[in-house]
Amino acid sequence: MDASVILFYAVSALLVLTSLMVVFLRNVVHCALALVAALFLIAILFLMLQAPMLGALQVLVYAGAIMVLFLFVIMFLNPTNPEPRRTLWWGFGLLAALLLAGSLAALLSNGETLADSVPANEAFGSPEMLGKSLFTDFVLPFEIASVLLLVAIVGAVVLAKREP
Amino acid sequence: MVTLNHYLILGAVIFAIGVIGVVTRRNLIVVLMSIELMLNAVNLTFIAFSRFLGSMQGQVVVFFVMAVAAAEAVIGLAIIISVFRHRRSLDPQEMQLLKW
Repeated sequence: MDASVILFYAVSALLVLTSLMVVFLRNVVHCALALVAALFLIAILFLMLQAPMLGALQVLVYAGAIMVLFLFVIMFLNPTNPEPRRTLWWGFGLLAALLLAGSLAALLSNGETLADSVPANEAFGSPEMLGKSLFTDFVLPFEIASVLLLVAIVGAVVLAKREP
Repeated sequence: MVTLNHYLILGAVIFAIGVIGVVTRRNLIVVLMSIELMLNAVNLTFIAFSRFLGSMQGQVVVFFVMAVAAAEAVIGLAIIISVFRHRRSLDPQEMQLLKW
């Protein structure tokens, strides 16, 4: 067992734990903080998979900007009445999740796997390579994404502004 | 040796946990956070495939997923604020009418 395997199992165990905390904790702020931890752990996995640029973006955009927005809305609304339990849906939710996880695990555990066969070179995953791919093959989606973000800004202002 | 399957199974498990959250929680903010969790599980799968197939396209797709997730979070939270002003409640089960 080398170091990368131990690191992978440690990070995955913590990731599953924090994800369960997001879903099962009663306090919304605790859920948000657990989600921040989960996003950081996913960023570590990105670094292990030679995607340093996306790991940095994950920390900056997800754990930074989006989660600050979530926490801001939680503080802003400050819901006082506690969340009622939804026992009726538990069977359905567990069934769906077990079906999904079971079928995927059965599909994946049939022996064939892709070991580390592709020796990635030094530049793989660098911002340079990502930018080259982004601005040559994916120019149109990139521009559409910028328009989408503009629409999201305008839409958020229109939806959340105080009514006259 | 960490293989592709390790990452795929981890992604599937995280996605399933997100599904549980979306279906069972009765707080719109937590439902939105579970959706973010599901998106991140898919991102992890994309990056794992990108690494093990030696192609950059998976990483570019994750870049776009992040942009769309940011837009989704912003619009979703704005809708939650607007709904909360009318209803004083965050329970999705109370939002069954198209018009109030």
